[in-house]
Amino acid sequence: MIAVGAPGLFSTIQDRGRPGYYAMGVPPSGALDSFAHEVSNALVGNRREAATIECTFAGPTLTFDEFAIVAITGAAAEVYLDGMRVPMWMSQVVRANQTLEFRRIATGARSYVAVRGGVAVPSLMGSRSTYVASGLGGQKGRPLVAGDTLDVGDLVLPGSTPRGGVDLPESLIPSYADAVEIRVVPGLCDYRLTPQAIDDLYSTPYTVTTEANRTGYRLAGKPLDFTPRTAPFGAGDDPSNVVNLGYPVGSIQVPSGTELICLLRDAVTGGGYATVGTIISVDLDVIAQAKSPDVVHFVPVSVDQAIAARADRESVIRRIFEEVLC
Amino acid sequence: MSRLSDGSRFSFGADEFVFVELTEEMSLEQTLRVIAITTDLRGAAVTGVTDICPAHVSYMLRLDPLVIDPRQLVEHLEHAHDRCGQTSDLVIRSRLIELPVFYDDPWTRETVMRFRDRHQSSDLNDLEYCAAENGFSDVQGLIDAHSGAPFIATFIGFMPGNAESYQLVPRESQLQAPKYLRPRTDTPARALGHGGAFTTIYPVRGAGGFQLLGRSAVPVFDPHHRLDDFEAKIVLPRAGDIFKYRPIGMEEYWEIRAQVKEGRYRYTMHETSFDLAGFKADPRLHNQRLLEVLG
Repeated sequence: MIAVGAPGLFSTIQDRGRPGYYAMGVPPSGALDSFAHEVSNALVGNRREAATIECTFAGPTLTFDEFAIVAITGAAAEVYLDGMRVPMWMSQVVRANQTLEFRRIATGARSYVAVRGGVAVPSLMGSRSTYVASGLGGQKGRPLVAGDTLDVGDLVLPGSTPRGGVDLPESLIPSYADAVEIRVVPGLCDYRLTPQAIDDLYSTPYTVTTEANRTGYRLAGKPLDFTPRTAPFGAGDDPSNVVNLGYPVGSIQVPSGTELICLLRDAVTGGGYATVGTIISVDLDVIAQAKSPDVVHFVPVSVDQAIAARADRESVIRRIFEEVLC
Repeated sequence: MSRLSDGSRFSFGADEFVFVELTEEMSLEQTLRVIAITTDLRGAAVTGVTDICPAHVSYMLRLDPLVIDPRQLVEHLEHAHDRCGQTSDLVIRSRLIELPVFYDDPWTRETVMRFRDRHQSSDLNDLEYCAAENGFSDVQGLIDAHSGAPFIATFIGFMPGNAESYQLVPRESQLQAPKYLRPRTDTPARALGHGGAFTTIYPVRGAGGFQLLGRSAVPVFDPHHRLDDFEAKIVLPRAGDIFKYRPIGMEEYWEIRAQVKEGRYRYTMHETSFDLAGFKADPRLHNQRLLEVLG
């Protein structure tokens, strides 16, 4: 059992997400930085479906009542185990009654804490991920609060052993810069933008604002103009309005042409603003580690490039999971 | 711009999504065709497709790109669009659900007046503003029009439980309202909102941009399955459901709230079908027959 002391700023239980309910308005949720989440599970010898704790900006204080193996990945954090600094991206032995304490996250936005066996909150609709807006999944549908206790599950890889010191090769550890390139497949309703606006979207920097959470990130930068038209029946009068339609996870919209909104894994599943492109699935991890006032450059890529990046990422993760069994 | 042979536009939402738009403007014919196509695609059960999401005049598929290349789906879309041709004589299976609504209730009245700085009118409340916008001399005229004819759920989305619905009246009689200039940061749970030509009941408390006309006494979202009608699901609405909003007053509102809180409320719900040709031929007669079962 894990006792939550200080809960951190916004700590939620996440796994690989809850596919299959988008048509009900339920987004997939799941770890915003899926690479860091998956690696944390691999390092402690967990199965890929195990749930971890996603920590935002300031992590929690966790006391373990029995022996455990943990690993912390993602945003570079100062973490201490009974006062001793703990390295990231490496499994650690925790003895009964020891306390893991996050002090600050230096670069990046989100860190992940995996515990061998996984965090055993009840599974809802096939996932342990928390969707806070509707109070679904995770720890009672909400972020962790002081006094919560979390059970540890048994989702370990057959053949893996509980041990500390399992680490990720340095070359595979991502760095979280304050200026990042985000790859986007142009399309959806970008025919509504002027050619100049499309050019601006991919050639000028956008700054992450403080309105950035698991549902979406708002970015400030050059306003984008829409082609004037007579509004189709049912769309609404603003040039950025469309008859309400589905929003892909990763889609970018520009209400009234002013601020960009990029939807992440807790996306609202639809609405009435023209979408102008979609962040490739691999780069959802990258934007999830950006924070205000980091700078984003959008780079247009093809569907082929998006799929290739996804396939590469998957083979890297599979290799990491195989390595821990060696 | 890529199009299917029937002219529908499609586009890839990076590696995980395919977006298909039949038309840019709202029409019930296209909504029913979207329902037919997405039902057909669900039946085809294409491996790798995880979500099939109909909207008003468009739909979206989510897929696992390591199982199926999104480009390979285009062929499946062509077949589905072929099988569900352009026709106005579509009939879909549906449910008729009566929802008790307290129009002009004190909670939404209080909420909307806190946000006049984001609204088109500085002094009228949403109901008064919408009544004037739609040419009614008083709010009762709008309430009568809104509750007089049923609505059909044409887009389930945004958040769980949300169902944007379109009134079963000819286009020239549609109630229309702009969305807030800037969205509110607060909306009471179960508030009844209208924006564009669509009505919804807000599933939970939160932000929103629709004009608020009243408050439903009954939930559309029940994550803990407290009510029997949510036994199998956490949300009430399904695409194609037909909603009849029944005006209630304060006294009945509290009676129903008590039943909901005690877990004994049952929705007035009947299996039915929606026949587009019949509706278009004579909307008034069609609705009269549809609603007969409610007595």
